[in-house]
Amino acid sequence: MAAPILDIRNLSISFATPRGSVDALRNVSLTVPPDRIVGIVGESGCGKTTLISAVMHLLAHNAIVRAGTIQFEGTDVLTMTEDRLRDLRGRRMAMVFQDPMTSLNPVVSIATQMIDIQYRDAGSTQDKLQRAVAMLRKVGIPDPEQRIQGYPHQFSGGMRQRISIAMALLMNPALLIADEPTTALDVTMEAQIIHLLRQLRREFKGSILFVSHNLGLIAELCDEVVVMYAGEVVEQGEVRELFHHARHPYTRLLLECDPARIAATTRRLPTIEGSLPDLANLPGGCIFAPRCPQAYGPCASEAPGTYAVASGHTARCFRVRDG
Amino acid sequence: MRWHQATLLVASGCAMVEAQANLLEVEGARVRFRTLGFLRALIAGAKDPYIDAVLDVSFAVRAGETFGLVGESGSGKTTLVRAVLGLVDLWSGRIRFDGSEIVDRSDAAFKPIRRQISLMFQDPQASLSPRKTVRSSITEPFIIHNMADRDLEAEARELLGMVGLPVGLLDNYPHQLSGGQARRVGVARALALRPKLIIADEPTAGLDVSVQGEVLNLMNELQGRLGLSYVIVTHNLPVIRHVSDRLAIMYLGRFVEEGPTAAIFARPLHPYTLGLLGAVPQPDPDKRREEPGLMGEVPSLNNRPRGCEFHARCLYVQERCRVDAPVLTEVAPGRRAACHFPLAGS
Repeated sequence: MAAPILDIRNLSISFATPRGSVDALRNVSLTVPPDRIVGIVGESGCGKTTLISAVMHLLAHNAIVRAGTIQFEGTDVLTMTEDRLRDLRGRRMAMVFQDPMTSLNPVVSIATQMIDIQYRDAGSTQDKLQRAVAMLRKVGIPDPEQRIQGYPHQFSGGMRQRISIAMALLMNPALLIADEPTTALDVTMEAQIIHLLRQLRREFKGSILFVSHNLGLIAELCDEVVVMYAGEVVEQGEVRELFHHARHPYTRLLLECDPARIAATTRRLPTIEGSLPDLANLPGGCIFAPRCPQAYGPCASEAPGTYAVASGHTARCFRVRDG
Repeated sequence: MRWHQATLLVASGCAMVEAQANLLEVEGARVRFRTLGFLRALIAGAKDPYIDAVLDVSFAVRAGETFGLVGESGSGKTTLVRAVLGLVDLWSGRIRFDGSEIVDRSDAAFKPIRRQISLMFQDPQASLSPRKTVRSSITEPFIIHNMADRDLEAEARELLGMVGLPVGLLDNYPHQLSGGQARRVGVARALALRPKLIIADEPTAGLDVSVQGEVLNLMNELQGRLGLSYVIVTHNLPVIRHVSDRLAIMYLGRFVEEGPTAAIFARPLHPYTLGLLGAVPQPDPDKRREEPGLMGEVPSLNNRPRGCEFHARCLYVQERCRVDAPVLTEVAPGRRAACHFPLAGS
């Protein structure tokens, strides 16, 4: 197997707060192989955002990296100089944010923003403009020669997100990080953007790290899935394997709760009892044990390791170890 | 008495609810917004400085039922329910509630009606005042409606009990609540004046999938217990499939399809409904779609297409659709669609 684009090993990150240390990520390991789409799925507070901020090295000032490495194309992002990082961001790794209205600059034309982003390249402004226009055409902006002179408010939400994707792909990055890129969009527009991402990936030979809480989108787009809960990776595997043979009780409950997966209509929708643990005051044992319907002997006192379920499929659950 | 009756009806299923009189009737509702000022319209020579956010909408909500209103952003669903609540004015059309016509919203006669319809806002964290405790937020409706002579403390405790929150939360401020708790406080506030109809605007938006069931189950339980009717405004199709009895799909301010939820999901009549249902991503990697489904975007309200307003995006478009606007008509018993060539039979 080719060397991964992104290789995160045993990453633990805490935030220093007035209430004490909040352990937002604990012992997280995941890899993004070349030319693959890896999805991170989890509910609020699971650490998705902290994880992708760490990959871009854009963590808040009170963040403390307790342990671990983030190898991007073979070098550790966490020990890089700021100059080196600046060189990577936008060029080798790019990001599409949740809300295109806040990620695009409202007072600068699309043309200027797309030329600016190519500042590292030598070519003439005219060449850069041509490249930007070509990229807009690829992401499906009609009449890009004219429209590139427009400002973000002159575009619909779907078009703005297409522009963000065009900007992210302009430098042909090895890794595209998409953080809930369709949350602000309607369902028909969402389907179009997902279709676009899949198309572009074929053309651009890059990997995508796709973050979402929507299981449908993960199933639709991703090759591999990482399930996070309360700052830990609880299960990961190839997409079909994970959706059809989920082993961690949290993953199973999450799948059961999705109304889109419930075939017969019901007025009593399933939920996951209990609430997230306090990350400033973690209980011993398995992180999910207090809410887990299958918790037994060791779960309350011992923290489970990561156990293999099948090839490339692991879960952090004693039930997997003990069969 | 009435509550008791309604509870029985809900328990005995939809067939009997149909016999029940309509609680809310909306007929030919039209809401227009002015987009150009008088002078600018004059200078621009614009014939029509208005846009129609809601156009020719008629529907009824029966006692004890849940009516779903779905559509994409800008389809007019929120404007429509705001018109029902009297928060925006109707340009034309009529609204009847529980047998009486709402004539003038400024009229003193409107207030007792208004009391029986309440709104659950989209984002409870944002709709609860950050400077008010839970107690004052959920008892404020009594003060607004001159009912402050009641024992507000007892009301507050009872309301929290109804939504399954501990009374200890009464002195908390919104920032001290979790998302699910804030949502429950929103439900408690909507219940305060014991309404007959609750309009819920995106009741699950922003909630995690493991929590949204909690809120919907609570709403369902209260409906059974109190005989409430709901109008749920949402763009979440998987959710509305489970929780509504009947459904309307809006496009550019009009109803394009309306009917029993189960029938619509089983066999949509309007091509737009079909496209909308097809766009929902399926949480099953074996059901990936190669095609993105509906192409294009919702046209601007400033520039409504000629003929059928959906024709430019319709996969089944025919010559007639480009010139002739379809009317919402009964296509099958209890099912209406605004399409010249409804997808019946296919």
